Amino acid sequence: MDNNFLSFVKKESLHILRDRRTMLIVVLIPVMLMVLFGFAISTEVNDIKVAVVAPDRTDGVRDAVERLARNDYFTFCGYTDNGCIDALLRSGKADAVVVFAADFDRRMQQAVSGLPSSPAIQLVLDASNVNTAGAATAYLQGVLLGAESQQSLFETHMLFNPQMKSAFNFVPGIMGLLFILICAMMTSVSIVREKEAGTMEVLLVSPVRPFKIIFAKMIPYFAISCIVLIMILLLARYLLDVPMSGGAAGIFSLSMLYLLLSLSLGLLVSTIARTQVAALLISAVVMMMPILMLSGMLFPIENLPKFFRVVSNIIPARWYIDAVRKMMIQGASVMDVWQDCAILFSMTVLLLGVSIKKFNDKLE
Amino acid sequence: MNAIDIQRLSKSFGRVRALDAVSFSVGKGELFGLIGPDGAGKTTLFRLLTTLLTPDSGTATVDGFDIVNDYLSIRSRVGYMPGRFSLYPDLTVEENLEFFAALFGVRAKESYDLIAPIYKQIEPFRTRRTGKLSGGMKQKLALSCALIHRPGLLFLDEPTTGVDAVSRSEFWDMLASLKQNGITILVSTPYMDEASRCDRIALCNEGRILGIDTPDGIVRRFDAPLYAVRASNMYALLSAARRAEGVAECYPFGEVHHLVAGGGFDIRQFMDQLNELDGLSIKPAAPTIEDVFIKLMKR
Repeated sequence: MDNNFLSFVKKESLHILRDRRTMLIVVLIPVMLMVLFGFAISTEVNDIKVAVVAPDRTDGVRDAVERLARNDYFTFCGYTDNGCIDALLRSGKADAVVVFAADFDRRMQQAVSGLPSSPAIQLVLDASNVNTAGAATAYLQGVLLGAESQQSLFETHMLFNPQMKSAFNFVPGIMGLLFILICAMMTSVSIVREKEAGTMEVLLVSPVRPFKIIFAKMIPYFAISCIVLIMILLLARYLLDVPMSGGAAGIFSLSMLYLLLSLSLGLLVSTIARTQVAALLISAVVMMMPILMLSGMLFPIENLPKFFRVVSNIIPARWYIDAVRKMMIQGASVMDVWQDCAILFSMTVLLLGVSIKKFNDKLE
Repeated sequence: MNAIDIQRLSKSFGRVRALDAVSFSVGKGELFGLIGPDGAGKTTLFRLLTTLLTPDSGTATVDGFDIVNDYLSIRSRVGYMPGRFSLYPDLTVEENLEFFAALFGVRAKESYDLIAPIYKQIEPFRTRRTGKLSGGMKQKLALSCALIHRPGLLFLDEPTTGVDAVSRSEFWDMLASLKQNGITILVSTPYMDEASRCDRIALCNEGRILGIDTPDGIVRRFDAPLYAVRASNMYALLSAARRAEGVAECYPFGEVHHLVAGGGFDIRQFMDQLNELDGLSIKPAAPTIEDVFIKLMKR
């Protein structure tokens, strides 16, 4: 590598290091997002407040209530009577009310021995949040029938994520989004800034070919992204307990490919945008929405209307998130996700080729 | 061979004709000035010659290289200082200089003798961020950076715009000493008073060249008698003088109005006609480049 290439890299690194605010944002945003999605925003249902209506507190009822109270997902908030159910749910003092039938023990007995019987338990839930209500129903059924589960018709195994932790689902999504933001946004803005400041004019009137300058720009951003990547992986592993069962090395290499892709995308944006604001708008607004909506980060791709399902194929984040999810959680190896890798690789080559071809070494 | 040869060069942006069939030559080692107001096409001409733009028609060579076909050869041979401040404000003086040296594959030390007269003045501030320098210091650094690779030609687009009067004068002294090193310099300026520091000047307006000559030669083109007039009410004087008999033209010129006499102009008659104005005085004046410019522009 020749001397002047290294001095370009040095110059770019100085720009980045002296822009403390941007540096801080780049480092803080990933940590914030990880904590936010890992803990605060979660589709898991915790701390369900349950009230119980039990006309006869028989041994069977006591037993069931005790199981409820002991369970981490539930908070037992006392016995009540039929007339108060509505008020309790409405005021939010309870999320669910379990009503035991008067002859609960007998009905259970009949059900267990396979005799026809009327329901032994009624569940009344606050379904204003569909997700919470659905999950609570499932949990309640599981806990209340726990003792009798040997007789259950179904035996369910939740593979890969038995506790259904939402962090497992979000971490790959955050990675897919974040690297596009850091790489594409920051590279494109830094190139367009030179156009705006007029320094590009001087750079162009020099013997150095422009793409050399641009590759020099990519290197420090690539380095920062790698640091962010390591940070995210560490946070995911040790803070959120994401298993990384496919091997950290594989996930890391796949992510490096994705970083390159995002950098190329930034380069392409910089050939289109004339001002920093335009570059930001293109990278943030135009690219972020499709990534959020169509990458499978928030909504499963299978649930999208057909048109958007087709569009989602060209969103690089879709393939990356898919592959990372498989590797992190299902324990797939790089070989298992070779299709995703091949698509990402082709996209990188294509983007890089187009943007170098499009990059103008004149002012018009 | 001339350093710069321009043949009927034209460039339009949409419907605006920025440069309209401009032709002229600049000799080796010449300090050539492009004088004209904003929008005269000076920046467009610089960008064409530095190969940042491609002409619509016409040809030009810089140091013998065609600006379209050999543009890469030109780029390593010229030093260019764009009109806008074009260094990195977040880098220090020294870092900027070293970066531009690396850009051209040279070491800053190797060219120190050439830039020393200029760079010495800012060297005490070499660890300061460029964004925190004064206008004059920024301009000296920009010139040092443009010279770092010892170019044979220097393109300076309005280098003195936004710089204080003392620094402007110093800057022209520096250009004169660079000329001693055999460097051809093409410089543009909107300030007419700077034109006299050039070997030859081209007056330009609205994409055309109105005249090319030495500063003295340009001034000699002004053949009509010229007077400086003043009165306590300068505005009333302007409109009254324009109506007076035998006055070809009258326009504000600094603290006075310049009056160009036409056929049948008589000073005594003029004074009589305008005797209502307080403090009226009229004196013969020596024409300047600006007078020539105004005259050529009106034609």
